[in-house]
Amino acid sequence: MLTVQFLLLGAVLFCIGVYGVLARKNAVMVLMSIELILNSVNLNLLAFSSRLGSIDGNTFALYVIAVAAAEVGVGLAMVLLIYRNRRTIALDELSDMKG
Amino acid sequence: MVAADLLVAQNVGFGIIALLMIVAALRVVTVKNVVHAALWLVIVLSGAAAQYLLLSAEFVAITQVLVYVGAVMVLFLFGTMLTRAKIGAEADLNNKNWGIAVPVSLLMFGVITWVLIDGFGDERLPNPDEQTQVPIQVLSDDIFGPYLLPFWALSFVLLVAVIGAIVLARKD
Amino acid sequence: MLAAETSQAMSHSAGWFLEHAWVIPIIPAVAFALIIFFGKRLPMKGSELGVASMVASLVLSLGAAWQWIQKINDASEGGVAHLTRAAGEKTPFVGPIIREWTWWQSGGFEFGIGQHIDGLALTLLVVVAFISTLVQIYSLEYLKGDRRYTHFFAALTLFSAGMLSMVLAPNMVQLILGWEIMGLCSFMLIGHWWEDQANARAALKAFFTVRVGDMGLLIGTGALFFAANNWTQANLGVSGFNISGLSAWAMSGEASKSVLTWGAVALFIACIGKSGQFPLHTWLPDAMAGPTPVSSLLHSSTMVVAGVFLVARLYPVFWEGLRIGDTDINFIVLIGGVTIVIAALLAFVQSDIKKVLAYSTVSQLGYMMMGLGAGAWLPAVFHIFTHAFFKACLFLAAGSVSHSGSHHSFDMKKDMGGLAKKMPITATTWIISTLALAGVFPLAGFFSKDEIIDNVGHNGYQAFMIVGLGGAFLTAAYMTRATYLTFFGEARGAAAGEHHDHGHATDHGHDAHDDHGHDAHAAHGAHDSHDDHGAHGPHESPKLITIPLVILAFLALTAGFTNAVPFGASWERFKKYVEPSPAFVMPEPVKASGPGEAIVILDSTRASEGEEGEAKSGCSYQAPAEGEVCYFPAVSHAKFKWSKAALSLAIVALGLVSSWMFCVQYYTRRNRRLVGLTQRNSVLRGGYTFLANKYYLDALYEKVIVRAVAHPIARGAYWFNQNVIDGIVNGAGKISRRTAGWVYRNIDQRVVDGAVNGSGAAARGTGGALRPVQSGKVNQYGALLFAAAAIGALVLVIVNT
Repeated sequence: MLTVQFLLLGAVLFCIGVYGVLARKNAVMVLMSIELILNSVNLNLLAFSSRLGSIDGNTFALYVIAVAAAEVGVGLAMVLLIYRNRRTIALDELSDMKG
Repeated sequence: MVAADLLVAQNVGFGIIALLMIVAALRVVTVKNVVHAALWLVIVLSGAAAQYLLLSAEFVAITQVLVYVGAVMVLFLFGTMLTRAKIGAEADLNNKNWGIAVPVSLLMFGVITWVLIDGFGDERLPNPDEQTQVPIQVLSDDIFGPYLLPFWALSFVLLVAVIGAIVLARKD
Repeated sequence: MLAAETSQAMSHSAGWFLEHAWVIPIIPAVAFALIIFFGKRLPMKGSELGVASMVASLVLSLGAAWQWIQKINDASEGGVAHLTRAAGEKTPFVGPIIREWTWWQSGGFEFGIGQHIDGLALTLLVVVAFISTLVQIYSLEYLKGDRRYTHFFAALTLFSAGMLSMVLAPNMVQLILGWEIMGLCSFMLIGHWWEDQANARAALKAFFTVRVGDMGLLIGTGALFFAANNWTQANLGVSGFNISGLSAWAMSGEASKSVLTWGAVALFIACIGKSGQFPLHTWLPDAMAGPTPVSSLLHSSTMVVAGVFLVARLYPVFWEGLRIGDTDINFIVLIGGVTIVIAALLAFVQSDIKKVLAYSTVSQLGYMMMGLGAGAWLPAVFHIFTHAFFKACLFLAAGSVSHSGSHHSFDMKKDMGGLAKKMPITATTWIISTLALAGVFPLAGFFSKDEIIDNVGHNGYQAFMIVGLGGAFLTAAYMTRATYLTFFGEARGAAAGEHHDHGHATDHGHDAHDDHGHDAHAAHGAHDSHDDHGAHGPHESPKLITIPLVILAFLALTAGFTNAVPFGASWERFKKYVEPSPAFVMPEPVKASGPGEAIVILDSTRASEGEEGEAKSGCSYQAPAEGEVCYFPAVSHAKFKWSKAALSLAIVALGLVSSWMFCVQYYTRRNRRLVGLTQRNSVLRGGYTFLANKYYLDALYEKVIVRAVAHPIARGAYWFNQNVIDGIVNGAGKISRRTAGWVYRNIDQRVVDGAVNGSGAAARGTGGALRPVQSGKVNQYGALLFAAAAIGALVLVIVNT
């Protein structure tokens, strides 16, 4: 197997994830897209781990999974909070960051 | 390249799974129903677990299934149900200006692809039977040895996330 | 794993206190935890734990200092076998007592914790523990009845733990730890009365300004680590975080000049932030929003010298790294010199007594930096030592005045004056410290400040010697002004016994804010016991306040004699015990030990006498020979001359007298020609406005720099909205409006007007409604971010292929 095939798969997933983050309005969908990005990163880590014959990539992939779990937990809690306060989770209606 | 080295079975498996993953990922970001998107995401994540197996990272694959496909997906479905009264399809899940996202992600894809092909070309991974399988013991030695401190930090992050999620989401 | 002792670089005769100096910061750290958890249940609400822990630290520090003095005495008598004393060497090299344990390890890197005890560390240990003890005693009375009394003592104790551990640090990691603890405590203590918006703002400002510098600390530490680690591991067997390792590396001549420079610049930015040096000094006067004991301890005598301490600690790195080009001119001198004058000028236009002292602190820190830059290492460290006493005394006296004399006000012009008779002890201690700060002959400030000025000139910075002398004049003048306004002349406002209108009876709810006193809140909840201030006017403070003042004033009077250069070499005890005086030394065959006692002086002839009467110590600019290690650069000491001292004394006297005359004329006699001069003379008015606005630096930071960074990004997004997206939206809107208009003009003119108008309005409304929806969105910023990243990557790839 080629190294590049895994890396390219990661790249495809990453770009799809980026598209999702940018294009989606629903906060839950944005979180899902972020999961896609994180998975593409994991794929890269494991591919390089396998290529270099080093265990470190596996370790970091596990850490990424754990961080992703924490991120989803907090992210969804925030979504719930926003929904409760505003009755919507459409991100483009949240314009408090308007400069 | 000798034909025997090509590992036909693995390559075919990779191709099928990769195709499935890409299609599913595209569905995740285009489908109009949040619940459907979550289910498509299950396919992507399971496919990723299968790819990890191909990369001979069993433990990570198992964790992926347990944590992602199990716990995270349940969270997503909960989040969806708690925030959306209707489960069905919706007309506008996209931004009004979702159009700019397409060129941006295509641009990124172009750059990354170019760099990867330029950099790694036809370099081959060591064959699974040549390379030592990653025993879980080695992995745990790595985590609880040189990378103990990140592990502690991570435990702390998880604790904070749990507390933070409770604080954020509870009703007062 | 954590307690694995990796190095035992101590000698048999080092003594218990020296070997166990690492206990010193642990005591207040433990006390902090106890105060936080159990403080409120204790009879004195936790303050007794704080005071006790500081006393314990002080005892240990003094014990260690005593043993260090013994050690040096033994060494200089040549009685100790393990110290090879070289012929012709006046003071033999006594290595620091270094102990280091592995604190944690990650990814193959080990991070140590431990102690690095030498003269510099001991000086700071004693000063910090001593001033902390006095300040805590003082706070017992000053904050009596405060609503967060326990928290105050907890934070104060934690601060001391942080400072002590930083001072002890054998490596950069522990130094950063202590540094950050101090930053955190500073934030907590400045914002102690956070109910007042201004205090919370001041705390944030201090925190962020210092954080700007702290980034430099992290970056500099990282850069130096990766640059030095291989060298230090190979030559000394220590990691690239190790302070003596870094020093030796910087002196070795094998360090890449550019890495050294950038590392030193990054670290120096941290020092500038922490020590309130010129471009980042703006936070320090605002930090006076905290309670006065905090200003005294943190923002005058201990924490703010952390930056100076870092320069003194890693002296070779700054000495070599900030040398401009191949010249002997050091960049630090420039910053220090600019700071002296800028801060001293600002002190003239303040009416808040604490802000005068704050700018005075900034200015004095400038002296220390200038001294360090010019190679006057010892006078600068000595100035840290003396300055701590008289500046702490001045601040505590200011607090005493506000506590008992001016009814929690710090405004010299409104609420003070003529207090000398009412508060004799406070006034006496203040005046002694003022004279010490100004540098009047037998007092502490003279010996240190004059040495700095003298040595700066001696080392070839003639212009900066003049700056130093000018600073001395300004110091004398503004301190006289403050003294006059506070203690002499006519009594004004609260000092005259006027009752203030800040409503005692209703003051308990934290929403009544005094408009001119930071410490007005000290009275919150304390009014039951303090309510009688206003009744019988100003009076002397209680004993818990005056005793620390008297002790500090005594030290301000006498501390200078520990290094009284004018009286000959036998008086230069501070120099003997504190200044590192290593020649080129060779470490033992490198095993896992730091450079401790096991160091043999190889070649003492190189640590040669300089010109006549100037003892040179350390190594010169030339790189040491193969196999030798040098820990300290060559510095030469100016020979004391009474003629030079007389000049600076005359300048100080001139400052004192002229300022006194001016104050009498201006504030009491109301001399017509002087009063209102700043209004009448346009040059003076311009100068005054410029100073009153603090050189517009705050405006520069908040209005220009923040905007310059934040606005282009926002503007780019806005432009994108306006020109690209709004173009589409507006185009659609316009078309529909035109359609509507066309319909209106050509077809429907005779039909009901209202319907047509309605459609036009609807079209316009659509355009207008869509516009706000499209700006300020995360998605767009995200899109720009990713696109910029992609384009940036593309550019990098193209450039590199």
